[in-house]
Amino acid sequence: MNPTMVSSPSLFSVEGMVGVVFLIMIAITIIGGLIASNAERVVRAVAGLIVCFVGVAGIYFFLNSPFVSMMQILIYVGAVAVAISFAIMLAAPEQRKKVGPSGPLVGPLGFATAALLAGGFSVLAFKTNWVQMDKINDGSLRTIGLELLTRYSMVFELISIVLLIAILGALVIARIRRES
Amino acid sequence: MNLTLLNVIVAVVIAIAFAALNAAYLVWAERRGAARIQRRPGPNINGPFGLLQPPLDGIKLMAKQLTTPGGADKVLFIAAPVLAMFPAIMSFVTIPFSDTIVAKNMNVGVLMIFAFASMGSMSLVFAGWSSRNKYSMMSSVRAVSQAVAYEIPMLITTITVVMIAGSTDLMEIVNQQSPSILHWNIFPLLGNSHNLLMPLSFLIFFTCTLAETNRAPFDLGEAESELVAGFHTEYGSMGFGLFFMGEYANIVIGSCMTTILFLGGWSCPFGLFPGVWWFIIKLYILIATFIWIRWTFPRTTIYGLLNLSWKILIPLSLFNLLFTAGLIKVF
Repeated sequence: MNPTMVSSPSLFSVEGMVGVVFLIMIAITIIGGLIASNAERVVRAVAGLIVCFVGVAGIYFFLNSPFVSMMQILIYVGAVAVAISFAIMLAAPEQRKKVGPSGPLVGPLGFATAALLAGGFSVLAFKTNWVQMDKINDGSLRTIGLELLTRYSMVFELISIVLLIAILGALVIARIRRES
Repeated sequence: MNLTLLNVIVAVVIAIAFAALNAAYLVWAERRGAARIQRRPGPNINGPFGLLQPPLDGIKLMAKQLTTPGGADKVLFIAAPVLAMFPAIMSFVTIPFSDTIVAKNMNVGVLMIFAFASMGSMSLVFAGWSSRNKYSMMSSVRAVSQAVAYEIPMLITTITVVMIAGSTDLMEIVNQQSPSILHWNIFPLLGNSHNLLMPLSFLIFFTCTLAETNRAPFDLGEAESELVAGFHTEYGSMGFGLFFMGEYANIVIGSCMTTILFLGGWSCPFGLFPGVWWFIIKLYILIATFIWIRWTFPRTTIYGLLNLSWKILIPLSLFNLLFTAGLIKVF
């Protein structure tokens, strides 16, 4: 850990305020996630998901990449959440989530997984030698575009193939429905 | 530090006041416009030209009880109208009214406005769903399919403009159109675009703005003859007021974006007054067009609406995008 980061700054200094804003963003994200996973009504879960996305967008904005933050809102809130709610409305909006465990092993297994994850992440967090990174680039539209089409062009193409397959799959499903 | 913080706070307060004032007085303008077009008297009793009507309406709405229908999802029912107004106000923060009058210019300004505009459709979904009302439910299904359908051509057309400008900074986009009236993005050939299809992009963008703000002839979401009032059937008091104001705030934002992207923002055709007045003039001409269109055209059907987007606007805007990309590559 960086020695300058160890001593926590005063709450009313600039760093302190910045830290508070960061913690608020994280809190929004976590609360949103909790609502999304615990809500009984599906639409409320979507609302929680949106809160969670907005919190993540806030963290991106805070970390000095406004472009990624805006894309997060545009794509996840504007497209993904709308698509999810569209699917919910076309299906059964009145149906409630089944509350309670669905089997005898669910509780212990879930607990074990959660403990494993929490333990693993804590060990990782404490064992890792955190280095303060330099800013890689300015995070602007232009730099991201150039990087995507030069250094990461393979990834970019692979993602486009995945999307193409998804579109084709959707078309195939729609066609089968219509014919039968 | 303190001074800049103060500047930001003042700017944000002005942005909120501008949004709210516009929302209130555009209702008046709409009612007067409707009355003129339909040859009947509009609100003309309270104050000169009925100008006191909006504050009185506000007081009336605030004095009313906010009722929640039985079986409604209370949290979402209350959250929906807030969600209708809040993204609109957020967008005003980054809109440049002139080269100096802007609360916070961002180099991703275009993205920010579309990001927050896309949040607006969620408020219709929540309102429709949480009301526990068949009509509201149908209305929000319509509103969602409409929002999805018209966001695509709108964003593709915006990408066309962004490609020409080479920037997502709203200030930069306007600055490139500043030299003369012929450099505005709407005019082909002489502007910096050299793109014959720019008037078409303008038409596509303006149509999408109409549809995205749920305005007639695309107001299928609140079609009062079929769905009572759609998603806000169950809302009274300021809940209804917020939906109404959110709609008008969105219209102002749509017109601002059209002005900035196509009509040269604050650049003057001939310098009579400072740029900001030109911006305001262009803005209100567009808003007047919105009102004029609403009271002139009958409502389309939902099939007509979706066909227009998926079969006409999206292919056209995609072709436009490819054509512009080709032009940029060649010249």
